[in-house]
Amino acid sequence: MALTAEWAAAWLRECARVMTEHRSELIELDRAIGDADHGENMHRGFAAVAEKLNAAEAASTPGEVLKLSAMTLMSTVGGAAGPLYGTAFLRAATGLGDAAEVDADAVVVMLTAARDGVVARGKAEPGDKTMVDAWTPAVEAAETSVSAGASAAEALKAAANAAQAGAAATEPLIARKGRASYLGERSAGHRDPGAVSTGLILQAAADSAGDML
Amino acid sequence: MKKLINDPQSVVAESVEGFGAAHADLVEVHTNPLFITRRDAPVQGKVGLVSGGGSGHEPLHAGFLGRGMLDAAVPGAVFTSPTPDQIIPATQAVDGGAGVLHIVKNYTGDVLNFETAAEMAQAEGIEVRTVLINDDVAVEDSLYTAGRRGVGGTVMVERIAGAAAERGDNLESVAAIAQRVNDNVRSMGVALAACTVPHAGVPSFDLTDEEIEIGIGIHGEPGRHRIAMESADGITDRLLEPILADLDAGSGDRVLLFVNGMGGTPASELYIVYRRARQVLDSRGITVERSLVGNYITALEMQGASITVLRLDDEMVELWDSPVLTPALRWGV
Repeated sequence: MALTAEWAAAWLRECARVMTEHRSELIELDRAIGDADHGENMHRGFAAVAEKLNAAEAASTPGEVLKLSAMTLMSTVGGAAGPLYGTAFLRAATGLGDAAEVDADAVVVMLTAARDGVVARGKAEPGDKTMVDAWTPAVEAAETSVSAGASAAEALKAAANAAQAGAAATEPLIARKGRASYLGERSAGHRDPGAVSTGLILQAAADSAGDML
Repeated sequence: MKKLINDPQSVVAESVEGFGAAHADLVEVHTNPLFITRRDAPVQGKVGLVSGGGSGHEPLHAGFLGRGMLDAAVPGAVFTSPTPDQIIPATQAVDGGAGVLHIVKNYTGDVLNFETAAEMAQAEGIEVRTVLINDDVAVEDSLYTAGRRGVGGTVMVERIAGAAAERGDNLESVAAIAQRVNDNVRSMGVALAACTVPHAGVPSFDLTDEEIEIGIGIHGEPGRHRIAMESADGITDRLLEPILADLDAGSGDRVLLFVNGMGGTPASELYIVYRRARQVLDSRGITVERSLVGNYITALEMQGASITVLRLDDEMVELWDSPVLTPALRWGV
């Protein structure tokens, strides 16, 4: 079953819900190795997206929903995460074009475009202890599952699982990008907050796709 | 927490409103989204200079709006970068047809937000160049960090590049001189007591009465190391030494010496620091040709100071001396 604009809107609303739920957890992760604002910023940003989606006329394509969300995230999240997630959603929207539905191949296109956007904006590589460490395994897992015949919803589930495993795997790493990099070796022993929030976003995508089945 | 505020959430908005009213002859405040421009912007045919960053460093950046310095300042929340939806209209508002230079302190949030805004402004036909300020020698400059932070050198770049733009230089040339200033300026700071971010309500770090933090940034982030309190001369030497080493400054060099207050240190103490720095530079045959002492790039009410040394050439001196008319810096007019 393919995913529509309705799915995209449900995904973003689910993001708003989980960011509120995980606000304190993300703040604590960021307090350890950053400036303690990630949870508040993500909560504020996705709440603004949900509000925007409620106020706007129903978008007709998933791409339109993602584009509207991208612009809102960019202007409300702030810090480094605003432009990173804004760019990810903008590139994902561009990747989907004006297709009315997202099929399994389009899930791979969408996630790849988002990951490439994050890399282009943040210049981080895998292993730098950033959200790239969640995005990259997510893209790879989606590719693998789709080439084995997975549906769009199954591909999102594979991506979400891989992103969360990637986020967990940032714990022993030494940060080489972002504010945590100033801590050097002291950054080891903590999960990267951006990688964790990427896992939450992709889990929300999978959950809202699951609900549509 | 004792602060002259009404509500932690409205600190920036209310402060900017007061600033705009106090300096209405020089600046104009734009709201929704928030940015501030020089009163006569856009100046036709002149390169526009836009800077910005988290609030809490006042008078930086809005205090430097006006003739011979900045055209727009974009304030974020306290210690949080502004967002592209503010930076883009600020860029548009000061484009006089000669392009716009973004002056960005090297913090990941500032860099990403300005970069995104520059890309979008360019897509709308405005030519944008960016110069990153990274003069803080306290941070290891390696491939494995986000790089050095932008601190006191920012004021030097804004003044000298602003003067070049006022003189009529084109965008390439203004960007080149901004880069040249950044390449020749180094800074380092010390905190005697931390600052308190209004919405956090507690000090950013804890220092006892006997401790100081060497190598702090302008956000209350920790520095290179924590040591026992010592004399002003001793602390000055600890700040100046890494600067001169990194700048490879020695006999025959001409410099601008800038002693900056972090917000909670009296001018009298800043001049004690200046005195010692001057003695050291004089003894090494380094000529101090220009000086600046005062609170220009602060960290709220943090107690402490930073020292900035800029290696000068003839053109930089000429531009530094040219007329400047802003709320926080003015001479020659």
